[in-house]
Amino acid sequence: MSETALDAAFFVRWMTAAAAAVDREAERLTELDSAIGDADHGTNMQRGFAAVVKAVTEGEAPETPGAVLTAAGRQLISSVGGAAGPLYGTLLRRTGKALGDAAQVSAEELRAGLSAGVDAVGQLGGSAPGDKTMLDALVPGVAALETSFEAAATAAQEGAVATVPLQARKGRASYLGERSIGHEDPGAASSALLLAALAEVAK
Amino acid sequence: MKMLINVAETVVADALRGMAAAHPELVVDAENRVIVRRDAPVADKVALVSGGGSGHEPLHGGFVGPGMLDAACPGEVFTSPVPDQMVRAAAAVDSGKGVLFVVKNYTGDVLNFQMAAELAEDEGIQVASVLVNDDVAVNDSTFTAGRRGTGATLFVEKIAGAAAEEGMPLERVEALARQVVESSRSFGVALSACSTPAKGSPTFDLPAGELELGVGIHGEPGRERRAMMTSHEIADVAVDAVLEDLDPRLPVLVLVNGMGATPLLELYGFNAEVRRVLDERDVAVARTLVGNYVTSLDMAGVSVTLCQVDGELLRLWDAPVETAGLRWGR
Repeated sequence: MSETALDAAFFVRWMTAAAAAVDREAERLTELDSAIGDADHGTNMQRGFAAVVKAVTEGEAPETPGAVLTAAGRQLISSVGGAAGPLYGTLLRRTGKALGDAAQVSAEELRAGLSAGVDAVGQLGGSAPGDKTMLDALVPGVAALETSFEAAATAAQEGAVATVPLQARKGRASYLGERSIGHEDPGAASSALLLAALAEVAK
Repeated sequence: MKMLINVAETVVADALRGMAAAHPELVVDAENRVIVRRDAPVADKVALVSGGGSGHEPLHGGFVGPGMLDAACPGEVFTSPVPDQMVRAAAAVDSGKGVLFVVKNYTGDVLNFQMAAELAEDEGIQVASVLVNDDVAVNDSTFTAGRRGTGATLFVEKIAGAAAEEGMPLERVEALARQVVESSRSFGVALSACSTPAKGSPTFDLPAGELELGVGIHGEPGRERRAMMTSHEIADVAVDAVLEDLDPRLPVLVLVNGMGATPLLELYGFNAEVRRVLDERDVAVARTLVGNYVTSLDMAGVSVTLCQVDGELLRLWDAPVETAGLRWGR
């Protein structure tokens, strides 16, 4: 993993790229959600990340990596709703808190921070990898950060696709029982987008 | 799918503005998405706050008023509201006697209300929460998110609301709400899928000659699909599914609830079949409510909710209520 120091501007770029990715893929996320959920994941994530970009770029923009992610998480909690709001909000807030108030963080510190964020998501949702949730993309994705940002994006994407044959055990898709099998989890798909955006801005 | 809207992005805000125009007895904050009874906080009264995704009207906003909810928080269509709304609502209605959150059991609602309860307590508001999970179509196991909250929500809000109106303390109101949850079970059937404004087309595919059994209220598909059945046959399946899980020793409240696009003519016909099955199973009926109360946008279909009631629950059910969606006197 490179020794690049990541500053607040980098995290603002990450959130902006994530918002753009969610915008691009909103229709696909909603389509995935309509198969095993309630057809709103794309719209909700779009609304949430639009609010995030506003919060981290306008007015008194946060000045440290930790502050950017904490503010982003708070925005998601306040604007997304559904399960995705608290879960994504917790992911970014806890990661932000783990980064503390350093002006710059290393890639390794970011990996450790994200790892704490992912743990918090599992705790809040009471879920584990294999339940067909966000974690199926986040856990392998964050683990692959040891290698590179690019590897993390790939691992998360593969993790999302690997949810297709799984039966959902958490969230609304779990109501479908076996009928949830054969569809990619929308939360895992959006988690993969988040890590793809990270790889994109790290290039 | 044609819809009576301007654009999908503003459906909730537009409906709230219309609600404000129609109901001067409510304070409708369309910007912050909170509906509060105008006389709140009512002195010395426990306050009830509920909320959930929009698309289930009259639930929850239509149940705000004397004898039922003090405030409701509408989310986006089929999306839980956010904690900010619930905290704002709790602060607006708390008289100092505490607030009961009525939460339908969906992951999003549970997580957002949980965060809201913590934030409200930070502000010095005493909060208790009751989780409504009455839908027997979902196995209540560690392999699912647990049973969904559906029709029983109306029973909980009405009965707990009446208890609060009588001046009962928070612990008692909460206990009665829990008793209603434990005494209630539901089962839903869809004849067609619904279309969300954002998607503009049906959320699942249901061919003309088929129906979906064990359906929820969010356009999510159910557990089983069968060839279309008669009202008589559907009542057999639905009531038996409920009774498999609830063995009423006491008379029951019956809610025959339309999903949004099924005419009252059909709902009343269906209620006749529900009564027939209950008679055959020796279940006594205390009261019956027929209508569209916990809907799923434009879904065609029906759900049956039974709640077994003792004398106190029945008295609280009969108590006066003055809301947009449910209204009766002394």
